[in-house]
Amino acid sequence: MEKDQLIAEMKKIVGEENVLHSKEALYAYSYDATPGHIYMPDVVVSPGNVQEVSAIMKFANEHKIPVYPRGSGTNLSAGTAPLKGGIVLLMLRFNKILDLDLENLIAEVEVGVVVQDINDYVAPHGLIYPPDPGTVKTASLGGTICENSGGLRGLKYGITKNYVQGLEVVLANGDIIHTGGKNVKDVSGYDMTKLFTGSEGTLGIITKAYLKLVPKPEAQASMIAVFNTLEDAGNAVSDIIAAKIIPATMEILDNSSIRTVEDFMHVGLPTDAAAILLLEVDGHPVIVADEKEKVLEVLKKNNAAEVTLAKSPEHKEQLWTARRMALPCLAKLRPTTFVEDATVPRSKLTQFLKIVTKAAKDYNVTIGTFGHAGDGNMHPTIVCDLRDKEEMERVHKAMDVIFRGAVELGGTLSGEHGIGLGKLPWMELQHGKEGMNAMKAIKRALDPNLILNPGKLIGEC
Amino acid sequence: MANEITAEEINKHDATLLKDIDDALANCMKCGNCQAGCPIYRETRKEFSVARGKISLMQAILSGKLEITKEFDSMMAQCLTCKTCAANCPCGVKADELILRGRHATIKARGLNPIKKTVFSLLSNRPLFNTVLRMGGMFGWLTFKDIPDKNAVLSRLPMPGMDPNRATAPLASTPLRAEYPPVIKVDNPRYKVAFFTGCTINFMYTDMGKAVIEVLKENGHEVILPGAQHCCGTPVHVSGAFELANEMAKHNIEVFERYECDYIVGACGSCVEALLDYPKWLEDEPDWAARAQNIADKVREISQFLVETGYKTDNLGAINKTVTMHDPCHMVRGIHVTEQPREILKSIPGLNFVEMKEHDRCCGSGGSFSLAHYELSRQINDRKCENIKATNADYVCASCPSCRMHITDGIVQNKMPQVVYHPIQLLAESYKLGKQK
Repeated sequence: MEKDQLIAEMKKIVGEENVLHSKEALYAYSYDATPGHIYMPDVVVSPGNVQEVSAIMKFANEHKIPVYPRGSGTNLSAGTAPLKGGIVLLMLRFNKILDLDLENLIAEVEVGVVVQDINDYVAPHGLIYPPDPGTVKTASLGGTICENSGGLRGLKYGITKNYVQGLEVVLANGDIIHTGGKNVKDVSGYDMTKLFTGSEGTLGIITKAYLKLVPKPEAQASMIAVFNTLEDAGNAVSDIIAAKIIPATMEILDNSSIRTVEDFMHVGLPTDAAAILLLEVDGHPVIVADEKEKVLEVLKKNNAAEVTLAKSPEHKEQLWTARRMALPCLAKLRPTTFVEDATVPRSKLTQFLKIVTKAAKDYNVTIGTFGHAGDGNMHPTIVCDLRDKEEMERVHKAMDVIFRGAVELGGTLSGEHGIGLGKLPWMELQHGKEGMNAMKAIKRALDPNLILNPGKLIGEC
Repeated sequence: MANEITAEEINKHDATLLKDIDDALANCMKCGNCQAGCPIYRETRKEFSVARGKISLMQAILSGKLEITKEFDSMMAQCLTCKTCAANCPCGVKADELILRGRHATIKARGLNPIKKTVFSLLSNRPLFNTVLRMGGMFGWLTFKDIPDKNAVLSRLPMPGMDPNRATAPLASTPLRAEYPPVIKVDNPRYKVAFFTGCTINFMYTDMGKAVIEVLKENGHEVILPGAQHCCGTPVHVSGAFELANEMAKHNIEVFERYECDYIVGACGSCVEALLDYPKWLEDEPDWAARAQNIADKVREISQFLVETGYKTDNLGAINKTVTMHDPCHMVRGIHVTEQPREILKSIPGLNFVEMKEHDRCCGSGGSFSLAHYELSRQINDRKCENIKATNADYVCASCPSCRMHITDGIVQNKMPQVVYHPIQLLAESYKLGKQK
């Protein structure tokens, strides 16, 4: 189809002011937060309601034009990069919180709303929406549903899929369907809500979601512990869980991250420590007090060289500087930053960190690792310069070792960032040919013309 | 046609204009964190409105994928230079400065746009600039109508480039510097303080300038008002017309070098920032940069100066009002002066200080940005006005005449009761009330 005709058709559906097609505007939607993926779309369209999305999909399906749903474009797996040209479907006009149902603790939210805005909206009612990815202040709800985002509280509170209870979805052929709803228990039919959650825009366009909210915990206790060996840190993590305590957060920083943060921030971190653990338990004040003591005991038993308890919320912020600044400081080292999210069973944490450290040494690349120790979701962060071809080859070799290592330990390629294009080459390694075929069959059933975010997640189909 | 210039050649030429910031641009990791704070992105939610988008576009020019077009120019223009992106960038990328480089490249490639060309040629001719603005003030009553109690006016006639309903500042019938001798003597001066007035205070908000002079006198300082001082150059610099801005900087350096003074004070965050940045503006000319540094070492924002050198608090009269404060972008993220104006306001007896939500968020003015993008800057301003309204304050203080003008407009449009002042005006008023006791 001629580009001019496509643009004219889109203007008919959403109005002239909601269609962008200058070369400059198209370029601004050619990338997301993933290094090295720039592809020019043909048009950027901002629909204002579900009927317009349906009309766009009908047209695109008929003419076999690729469609890429996009929110804030902050994902780390090239999930919104318009790989094969076509239509970037900008969902940011879906910007309303439609309803807050306090009897059912459900928020009805359009997908263009920024996640932090949902939290700000429900906070006065003593509620929280727990998924809190690092991009909580910028990411759109739709993006976090498509990528099934996690965050710091994953261990205790789960991830996005645990809070999405219903969806409004426009299928590839333009049909509008509703999955799930306000029912806590709902076993009527396939669990389509879970299928679309984490589908990375390859199965349908999500326009609205019913989100489960939970009461804000009454009390917290935070602490930081320093370890001289990775084994001790890893054992402490396992022992805390074995003691039947589920901390709200349990974060780890490796030596490379600690040194980088200290170099930039000069906050007095122990640069010779093998790892730092940051922990927080939350809930009823009595239980928090009890769990705090038990955690301290476990930390001591596992040879924590130093443990500091947060005395106040400000003191906690100060203690957590190391974690908060880990990515920014690593990113400042070099121009390009790959934040990976390979995840292993918690018990394999130490082994995995050793694989990462060895890969960094073997291929002479800079990797700092931090992440969510409680759920085994690590962020090996590789800093490099995309413009240096030779270095990039070494980076990819190191990545290969890391991903293979994670899968061999019974882990997964991605804990929370999604597959997109970045981790596609390793998908079969994790899922096998049969697993990939099953996923491809689902894709072909729902999107027979392969127009929805083509080439991503399961690759060519 | 062997002489025809090809698109490829244009792209190649455009790319050379940004060559030296290749590394600085590459440091942006495209995380998109700048979306969270950008006042313009918050309204438009368009990728090219935010720093990440603009940096990507500049990289596209560098790699020859795009050329410098009118569209590129208009995208680069969508920035308030409020520095929120730079202040929150995890990679430490100074996107605001890079965007100015993008604007600079645009002028190199495409020339200045016609309106700016007219305004800047006026600015480059100081005597003519002074005459025009002075004449404008003398006949201001013909063209503008007063809004009672707000020190604001509405235009009676359609003005080119300005929304007819916009409340603006009146041009003073006599500019500030024409009202005073070049040196205002006091007995046994504590310090000799030169006052860099800036254009808006000299030609429009003379009440702010008078307050600065009164407060300096009250505290035993001799005030020097160099008559030949000129615009600080900020409006020109942020347009990317670096060469002209540098000429203006050199002029001001020469003028202030002529006076023996201990300090140079300004009452506008943007002007003060410019004076402090002259060494950086002129870094390619080491001799000038050194002279600029000598000047910069003496520069203080007025509240900074007062807190640093001490000011009288034993003779202050009570102002029984509630006040809230807006932190102008170039005060909070430019020169990092936020505590001193608060300290001054809190020292005034009777004055009840209430902090507003998002007090350091841009009001949407962005100097000339609000002229070219009035509707957008009003949307940003409305949010500021909401936050002001929630404080129930009588007064709003802002250490920047441009913010004062823009917030006053927002208050008028939203039919709110507040009046906007510079903090120093309330201090001057308090001294005055103290004498009436």
